[in-house]
Amino acid sequence: MKSSVITFPGSNCDRDMHVALKKFGFNNKMVWHNDNELPKSDLVVLPGGFSYGDYLRCGSMASKSKIMQSVINFAKSGGLVMGICNGFQILVESGLVPGVLLRNKYLEFICKNVFVKIKNKNNPYFKNLDKDIFEFHIAHNEGNYFCTGDQLKEIEDNNQVAIYYCNDNGKTDETFNPNGSLKNIAGIFNKEKNVLGMMPHPERMIDKSLSGEDGSLFFKNLINNIK
Amino acid sequence: MKVSAVITLKKDVLDPQGKIIQQALDGMGFKDINEIRQGKYFEIDVKENDPKKAHKIVEDMCKKLLANLVIEDYKIIGIN
Repeated sequence: MKSSVITFPGSNCDRDMHVALKKFGFNNKMVWHNDNELPKSDLVVLPGGFSYGDYLRCGSMASKSKIMQSVINFAKSGGLVMGICNGFQILVESGLVPGVLLRNKYLEFICKNVFVKIKNKNNPYFKNLDKDIFEFHIAHNEGNYFCTGDQLKEIEDNNQVAIYYCNDNGKTDETFNPNGSLKNIAGIFNKEKNVLGMMPHPERMIDKSLSGEDGSLFFKNLINNIK
Repeated sequence: MKVSAVITLKKDVLDPQGKIIQQALDGMGFKDINEIRQGKYFEIDVKENDPKKAHKIVEDMCKKLLANLVIEDYKIIGIN
């Protein structure tokens, strides 16, 4: 299975993502933001970081970079595109998933482990996973998901919420909301469910001795789903 | 031609920075504040001498990049 990770100026989780994808069997290529064409890919990943120094709005400059037109075309033709953290911000700015990511409610950079609950398994990312609650890591300043009332209704009607922040038992109330996100939303799909944006970093949870293995479960399952 | 544009958060979008600035000012003795909303200001020097056309160019910029219309409004406040 072939994957591509896009490196923007200021990306800093691109290598971690490359290591994770390789570890679980992807033949991964790093792609520079200024390239015109994506290599042939089964999965494209927009990694975390601080692309373009978060100038203007997080992800806004990266969403207009050269390679993004090719990524948008790939997504529109049904290709799998996953944006993690800053990658999620780039996805909302490019219009591939609805909504925006605002500054965290309490104005602090949050760097910690959180639990998330998978809402919808009827998609290539989460189908066949045999549990619903995952422990991932978050590290962001702008992860406060927001959209208009009409958008929220559409998102919920189309089952586009991917994951919610929760506690270890899967409770999704406000107490377990780290950043003020609307309805505890931590990740969103596009309508067709081939594009996934989420704030948590599964690539930081792929080593038992360093972190946890919930990311390993995610990536192992993902490559099996794509095969 | 110089065009000035202001981008502000929409009314119903939470502005935590504005709130904190208000609290700080309140602590400094500025007690007469109803609300503070923080925004962005752009001065754009465009290669266009027709004010109508210059307005249109900057409006396009606002729609396509400078503002995110889900949460922000833009206003062109001056052309000269």
